[in-house]
Amino acid sequence: MSRRVAITGIGTISALGLNRHDFWTSLRNGVTGITPLTGYKPGTFKFPNGAEARNFDPLTVLDPKDAGFLDRFAQMGIAAAIEAIDDSGIQWTRALQEQTAIVTGSALGGKYSEDEGYRQLYEQKLSRFNPMSIPKAMMNALTSRISMHYGITGPGWTVSTACSSSNHAIGQAFEQVRYGHAELAIAGGTDAPFTQGVLRAWEALRVVSPTTCCPFSRDRDGLILGEGAAILILEPLDAALARGATIYCELAGFGMSSDAHHITQPSPEGAARAMRLALRNSNLDTANIGYINAHGTGTLANDSSETAAIRMVFGAHADRLAVSSTKSMHGHALGAAGALEAAATALSLHHGTLPPTINFTIAGDDCDLDYVPNTARTIYVEAALSNSFAFGGLNAVLVFRSRSI
Amino acid sequence: MLEPAAEPAADSSTATRVIAVILKTQHLPPAAVTIDSTFEELKIDSLDGINIVFAIEEEFSIEIPDDQAKLIRTVRDVADGVDKLLAAQSAAAV
Repeated sequence: MSRRVAITGIGTISALGLNRHDFWTSLRNGVTGITPLTGYKPGTFKFPNGAEARNFDPLTVLDPKDAGFLDRFAQMGIAAAIEAIDDSGIQWTRALQEQTAIVTGSALGGKYSEDEGYRQLYEQKLSRFNPMSIPKAMMNALTSRISMHYGITGPGWTVSTACSSSNHAIGQAFEQVRYGHAELAIAGGTDAPFTQGVLRAWEALRVVSPTTCCPFSRDRDGLILGEGAAILILEPLDAALARGATIYCELAGFGMSSDAHHITQPSPEGAARAMRLALRNSNLDTANIGYINAHGTGTLANDSSETAAIRMVFGAHADRLAVSSTKSMHGHALGAAGALEAAATALSLHHGTLPPTINFTIAGDDCDLDYVPNTARTIYVEAALSNSFAFGGLNAVLVFRSRSI
Repeated sequence: MLEPAAEPAADSSTATRVIAVILKTQHLPPAAVTIDSTFEELKIDSLDGINIVFAIEEEFSIEIPDDQAKLIRTVRDVADGVDKLLAAQSAAAV
């Protein structure tokens, strides 16, 4: 059994706004969400900027008691899930609740609770931890919250593969629907990295830009951390058509690979294999692909390696592809990155507009593709890829097929 | 009914502070909790109870042993227990 899978709902919380509409408007207009970090004095870190979901208020979707049971990452996640489910127009029945899968990704889990607990433990020498620390920090908190919020009793789990977490999550949810294990899937990811402990750890790795995120440019000097959440609603295409749902596009394929190479350095071969497997899985050919939402972190290593990988897979067709990194606008949201970029890719196919790579100056050495520099492009493409390549060499690639052409 | 007809077993200032802690941790409106409220009536489950015990420990600078925490069923249980622990604390300090 293999079914076509439609994306019928999208919800996003990010530096580009607290809903899908603001997210897309910013992407289309090339507006950055990267701003000076709030909550820290200037000069606290070697990098001054981040992509924060400013003004996010969990009380817009949760009552105060429920909000208190969730760390920031799960609060943003449930807000995105509620938006996506509302958007899909799904009507719950007992049968559907039993046949819905929930798969979310997170690289970090609830770091605000952990960070504050450890601060009190080590700095204030308190020997007591807040009793909510464990349930707030656990990576599966969002999956569990969605299940409880909607009475969903089907399979639910959480994937943690660093920066690929939510692409792996969406890919696995896609397989649940495609192969008939679920009649609906709620899939995506969330992360909230702006705690002092997490920021210090990233600072130590020397990959965060002291300026901004300018993927594929010669003067790129690192990634910009972002926070947020995105959730997609997946269902069989036939079911979506039958109920007259708005279909953003199809999710058509999923490919995974491991580099077996290095704990932080990417390998073009590993990335290329994931893209090839995703294409094969989608029954599409390289010539069908018109757009790639790149992993495009803005680090020296990723962007040249990813460019090389795209050339390996696409050959001469690489020169006819549009490739952009929306991380230049919403930052690198770690375990939410794949989900935000899946949302961006689905909206791109739906609206017939490819979001740009902003902050683009002069192409970097070994960066010789069409990166849609600085201005969105109005064009309907037949199909698109969205790449996620994690530290530790775990790669996950999704394929999207347009319903618009 | 703000004050129970029966004699208050707990020191009223302890009771007032206990009620304030429960109102805050459970996000309840002011009149929702009295000294005679049971946790069952207030829909306080075991996880809520752990949160309340933690907040009570903070409020009174005491440590509530696990075996005593498990026995709490009513607001009065909390207030009585706090008074006993405070009395034991001040006795030990003499």
